[in-house]
Amino acid sequence: MIGADVVEIAPVINDREVFLSVPVRMTLAEMLRDRLDLFGVKLSCEMQVCGVCTVLVDGQPVSSCTYLAADADGRRVSTIEGLAEGEQLHPLQQAFVDHFALQCGFCTPGFIMMAKHLLDRSPDPTRDEVVEYLDGNLCRCTGYAPIVDAVLDAAGRLRAEP
Amino acid sequence: MISPPRLDAVPKVTGKARYAVDVRRRGMLYSALVRSERAHAMLGIIDTSRALRLEGVVAVVTGDDLSPLFPRYGHIIPDHPILALGKVRYMGEPVALVLAEDRYAASDGAELVEVSYQDLPAVMDPEQALAEGAPLLHAQDYGVGDRSFEEAHSEPRSDNVCHRVELSWGNVDQALARADLIVETCTDYPMLYGYAMEPYNALADFEDGYLKVITTAQHPFMVRDDLARVFSLPLSHVRVTSPYVGGGYGTKSYTKVEPLAAVGAWYTGRAVKVEFDATGAMLTTRADSARVTIRSGFDSGGRLLARDVSLTLDTGAYADNGPLVLSKASNRSFGPYRNQNVRVRGRAVYTNTVPSSSYRGFGAPQVSLASELNMDQAAQQLGIDPAQLRRRNLIPPGERHYPGKRPMDADLAADLDLLLEGLGWEAPCQEGQGIGFGVTASDAGAYPVSTAAVKILPDGSVLVSTGSSEMGQGSRTALALIASRELGVPLEQVAIAQSDTHATPYERTSGASRTTTLTGLAIQRACAELLSRLEMAAAEVKGGPLTEIKAAEGMVVGPWGDVSFGEVVRGWFGGNLGELAATGVVRRVGELQELPPFWEIGVSGVKVSIDPDTGQVSLLRLVTVADVGHAIHPEMLKGQDVGAATQGLGAAFFEELVYDGPQLVNPNLVEYRVPRAKDMPPEIVTIVAERGDGVGPYGAKGGGEGTLNPIGGAAAAAVGRAVGRWPDRLPLTPERVWRMLRGEEN
Repeated sequence: MIGADVVEIAPVINDREVFLSVPVRMTLAEMLRDRLDLFGVKLSCEMQVCGVCTVLVDGQPVSSCTYLAADADGRRVSTIEGLAEGEQLHPLQQAFVDHFALQCGFCTPGFIMMAKHLLDRSPDPTRDEVVEYLDGNLCRCTGYAPIVDAVLDAAGRLRAEP
Repeated sequence: MISPPRLDAVPKVTGKARYAVDVRRRGMLYSALVRSERAHAMLGIIDTSRALRLEGVVAVVTGDDLSPLFPRYGHIIPDHPILALGKVRYMGEPVALVLAEDRYAASDGAELVEVSYQDLPAVMDPEQALAEGAPLLHAQDYGVGDRSFEEAHSEPRSDNVCHRVELSWGNVDQALARADLIVETCTDYPMLYGYAMEPYNALADFEDGYLKVITTAQHPFMVRDDLARVFSLPLSHVRVTSPYVGGGYGTKSYTKVEPLAAVGAWYTGRAVKVEFDATGAMLTTRADSARVTIRSGFDSGGRLLARDVSLTLDTGAYADNGPLVLSKASNRSFGPYRNQNVRVRGRAVYTNTVPSSSYRGFGAPQVSLASELNMDQAAQQLGIDPAQLRRRNLIPPGERHYPGKRPMDADLAADLDLLLEGLGWEAPCQEGQGIGFGVTASDAGAYPVSTAAVKILPDGSVLVSTGSSEMGQGSRTALALIASRELGVPLEQVAIAQSDTHATPYERTSGASRTTTLTGLAIQRACAELLSRLEMAAAEVKGGPLTEIKAAEGMVVGPWGDVSFGEVVRGWFGGNLGELAATGVVRRVGELQELPPFWEIGVSGVKVSIDPDTGQVSLLRLVTVADVGHAIHPEMLKGQDVGAATQGLGAAFFEELVYDGPQLVNPNLVEYRVPRAKDMPPEIVTIVAERGDGVGPYGAKGGGEGTLNPIGGAAAAAVGRAVGRWPDRLPLTPERVWRMLRGEEN
């Protein structure tokens, strides 16, 4: 690869503009992990099935395992690392803690980012809507029910916020 | 008890939790594997020249390069070459390791390695492998713990049987001859992939004369032992560390990719990272598929007179944990029933497929399908309610159902009643619906060896140190809770260090549902020792007879009043210095003399509804009963139970690795379908039964696998009752159920 084609890009990662020179074949997940140490972005199936690599690009959820870093040029990328405000957890994060909605935790960042997208669009979802929305994220530990509970609880907390 | 938040929750929801796959070293090499394209073949020339000419490629390691080392691993039978040695035994087996400055050069380099093969006939299932004149996968006997590659050639093997188990008591033939009813059940349990979401990966480096490996392993001490043998290093010179493990479920038991990373580091003198995606992981290990035949004899009143079991496991190309899986499958095949006449004949068979190893409950799900369906079929033929038939035969508390093993430490009949109430068993089902349930008892806990260390620091805070890995099961929280409770120090003041063979005490394994019980006991014992040290130190510092000094609930109380633990430490050492430490040890003595350390109880059931037009099964309700003696952390326990049951539902309805000839056709998460959010039943009932009847802390015993074990049989029975025919295999895909509905063979 060394010496192969590279492109200069300037994405905005968690509200901070960064300038990078990346190989054209580099995926967004590789860029976030290998270049920016954003290890909350996980990889597993690497074929857009499991959802652990989910990040938001211009507010839309994408599987960063198969999204090219070059395509993120000029776009806003949000990862799990950008969600909390200092020590203050985002209501989704707090709800995952409170509902024991994680075990090994490997799928957790992907679920939270997907749920954030849902609640950004639909602040008061039904249980069925949450289940439908999260059907593209796999979890092998919890059996999903506590994750769905956490998202519904977080929706309530967010609606109650001023 | 109440359930405080998990200690690992905030790191995991903020993306700050570090897993092995997240660990990097400056200057490390990336790697890619060249995998075998044949199921069974002699290796010809491996041409690495084009790969080595590629910019960025540093080295290509093949089996031939390993001759200065012990080139194989395997904790039971060291039959597994790190890289193929002259021969490949399954499609996907590692043949060459390409090491490069970046991940792209490594994968491009792997494409350029050319391998020539001379094909051998392959055996793709146990039937072919056991046939007269079948080609042998392994012509040699590797011995056990044999350090010499050459000597290992000495004894030839005559068949493809990796391991055999014969187990019996009473007289099965006589008992069957006088039975009023004999029921035979034959089932096929599918070949599965455990799918821990963090795929296998390891980082290895030789540094300061030590081999240092950071890996996603459940049992770092066992990995250490394999690595020390490979490099002829003292155990003390191998440091294996497991940070947060991204899912285990048994799939990360024992050595997997660590030797690959280590030989890469040895060959190049640089740090080497080996990372697989899920497909690579699926080509590394899987769970045994099983064909199980059970013949049971009953008297007309439904009393079980005898069971005759034969079982065959497809172990794949290398032994890994296969012999132990067979041994456990055998022990778990005759059910938790009073039975004077038992015979089990089992074989684990080498085939030219991905090697199999542990997966949650190992052995139990495979055999319980046949064992519990057999009870359901017998009940039907005897005209007895299946719950009543089980009640008549379940082993009562304190009675021994397996000669030489621990008596039953659970009230199974009471558990069953809780389950049936949760399922609504007594209420009639609607057309197209069915309820199934099962009861299992597994010899869990593994061999009872654990050590743990607990320290009081000069500010009174506590550091617990254990070789047990946090893989999601919650050991970090549960073990810290035990120390907090024993010492009377708030949980916020307790920190825990885990799974570093240089820094944490020896732990046999993090598996077999043993951690809370056995590691918990080791911590409890360390805390007791620590309290007595605090008393002695307080006596020395403050004066007074030891008999009047008591350390408990965070304070040392004596004739002079109360002092905090921190004050005692500071007083004893002076200034703000020092720490008081104690180690707790668990060995196979005393109350742990009898094995298993505990019986892991599995009591669960499902209610399903079937679409007659499509064969689609919808789950209506899942009920689990946790018979764990005492729940240290009830919410985490329930989470384990639902998670385990969900994995069982995967095998019951969705999951199956499929071979077409020599090739595994679905080594990916598209075609190997695991349960998704929408598959889950709307009603999930988790019941916890606490009777204080375990050997662990506060009467606890293990959980976390149990609810999975009977799920396959329960699901099959539920579908069977809805359809009116008993299934004989899993998964119950819509097509299979549709064919059952049409009266076709499975």
